[in-house]
Amino acid sequence: MADIDVNLTELPAAGAGARRPCMVLGTGNIGTDLMAKLLRSDGLELTAVVGIDPASPGLARAREAGLEASAEGIDWLLAAASPATIVFDATSAGAHRDHAPRLAAAGLRCIDLTPAKLGPSVVPVVNLDDHLDAPEINLITCGGQATIPIVAAVARVTEVPYAEMISAVASLSAGPGTRANIDEFTRATARGLEEIGGATRGKAIIVLNPADPPILMRNTVFCALDAGADQAAVAGSIAVMAAEVATYVPGYRLTTEPVFDDGRVSVFLEVTGAGDFLPPYAGNLDIMTAAAVRVGEELAKASLLEGVAQ
Amino acid sequence: MTSGDTPYPAKITVVDSTLRDGSHAKRHRLTVEQVRAVAGALDGAGVPWVEVSHGDGLGGSSLNYGLSLVDELELIAAATSVLTTSRLAVLLLPGIGTKDDLARARDLGAALVRVATHCTEADIAPQHLGLARDLGMTAVGFLMMAHLAPPEALATQARIMADAGAEVVYVTDSAGALLPSRAAERVEALRAVLPTDVAIGFHGHMNLDLGVANSIAAVRAGATWVDGATCGMGAGAGNTPTEVLAAVCDLEGIETGIDTFAAMDVAEDIVRPILDRLPFVGRSSLLLGYCGVYGSFLLHAEQAAKRFGVSEKEILLEVGRRKAVGGQEDMIVEVGAELAGLGLRQPGREA
Repeated sequence: MADIDVNLTELPAAGAGARRPCMVLGTGNIGTDLMAKLLRSDGLELTAVVGIDPASPGLARAREAGLEASAEGIDWLLAAASPATIVFDATSAGAHRDHAPRLAAAGLRCIDLTPAKLGPSVVPVVNLDDHLDAPEINLITCGGQATIPIVAAVARVTEVPYAEMISAVASLSAGPGTRANIDEFTRATARGLEEIGGATRGKAIIVLNPADPPILMRNTVFCALDAGADQAAVAGSIAVMAAEVATYVPGYRLTTEPVFDDGRVSVFLEVTGAGDFLPPYAGNLDIMTAAAVRVGEELAKASLLEGVAQ
Repeated sequence: MTSGDTPYPAKITVVDSTLRDGSHAKRHRLTVEQVRAVAGALDGAGVPWVEVSHGDGLGGSSLNYGLSLVDELELIAAATSVLTTSRLAVLLLPGIGTKDDLARARDLGAALVRVATHCTEADIAPQHLGLARDLGMTAVGFLMMAHLAPPEALATQARIMADAGAEVVYVTDSAGALLPSRAAERVEALRAVLPTDVAIGFHGHMNLDLGVANSIAAVRAGATWVDGATCGMGAGAGNTPTEVLAAVCDLEGIETGIDTFAAMDVAEDIVRPILDRLPFVGRSSLLLGYCGVYGSFLLHAEQAAKRFGVSEKEILLEVGRRKAVGGQEDMIVEVGAELAGLGLRQPGREA
């Protein structure tokens, strides 16, 4: 699987086969799941996991995986990172607001998984190309990662005056940060449906479901359509988009054919997590870490191309 | 367990939800004229609180739950304009409505908000309860689908809401699935853990025909806030009818402050004429109560059954099996589509 013995200093300069170094900041569930995914990335080489609690199980897991692990936080990271290092911030919105200016001052690219939302909002299959140069990128919300691609798929075929999404996630997969700031989810996701998905107006709804065993993340997207919209083209575009998302979120799938009636298309989809560290029902968390890795890999690819061009 | 040995509270506060829970029964098509007429009549009958919102709370107007014919803010303003002694309440479900929605409702005269969560998810409510307090509103917690949580677990959740500023916490029987003894156990469990200055409420439905009986059992157990809807106009087989509640409370010696004869007139003369159908324990609404399915799913299941040509009963049973909670109306359409053979999950059709 992952070649974790490669020493950063032995890496060849940008060129075919080179992997770009990255570090994970944050040693909670998200940070640990990211670690598992990054360890098998072709384009990225995870060089360290950084936290602030020496007793954190996440740091212990990083050490077990043969990675460098520090409990000295952003200070350690800034000292240890090479200029090419991509930083995945999986801490909290508050911590990220402290990290962001320091990472920017050091010229380090950052992919932000917290709700701080300081950089441009990105869904990898929709608008990453517009933000390849951004100092940091934010990943909106889990529901946004799941549903914005569908809205974009419809909007590239026909006008979408209104899009609405409903995410239902297992209670166990919604952490205290999400719960204490649930308005941020609805606002940020609705904005993403508009600004990235291309709907004129967007609305987002989130429901926490405590069923035991836990439910898989499920999402519904409703797009209002003009009477003359080409249904076959819309359905085709949705199928293509779903397959593209599934290239980096393997558990992403439509549960029914798109349903056309009442002047709308209804799309039902479910996200099973890869089960790297987080349990498979937590598709909502998996889609965030998977999207983060995809963004990192695309940044790495873009920098390689730049290297070649230079 | 509580067979009359507990002294009744002398007085309860009634919230009439005809213009909120009744929004479900009207498929969210209430008009300004209807709202003005009902709110004015409830005010005349001395009902202390009149709740006005989309059925799924502020911000509920959506393709998922049904688009409001008239913007709820316009309806709230219409109701406020006719209230003299009654005051206006609204509902908000975190995850659907936002703090902005609440602030706008308050600007139009809402003086109380029920912040509603599934019975195990109280910790998504503090943002909104806190804002309600900051805005000078009465902050109320509303624990929905209360039949799904054992009494002690429900009490723990109630405590979270009280700690976040709720002055009243409700045992909300959204599925109309509680029996009198189970309603009482839950109220008692809340009473045991909540500070004495936090009141307990009960919100009942008629899916098992027990809304009134459950409300009286809840009052015996210590509840001092009780919800009704005039003529029972509400989700599923309807709510505890306000006029029946008022009458039974009179006979039981529980003071509501409501003029019972006037409440009967509101039901007969004002609300009954605007009902799309009489609230009734039909097969589907009975199924809701019997299987413990969220009350407002009823009309959505009926619609999906027609749309896909499948059985309404099968939809409700399958949604129940998938353990849908309040707010997951979209799952009804998905289940309908799957029952109609549009599903992609069957063996051999893996996407």
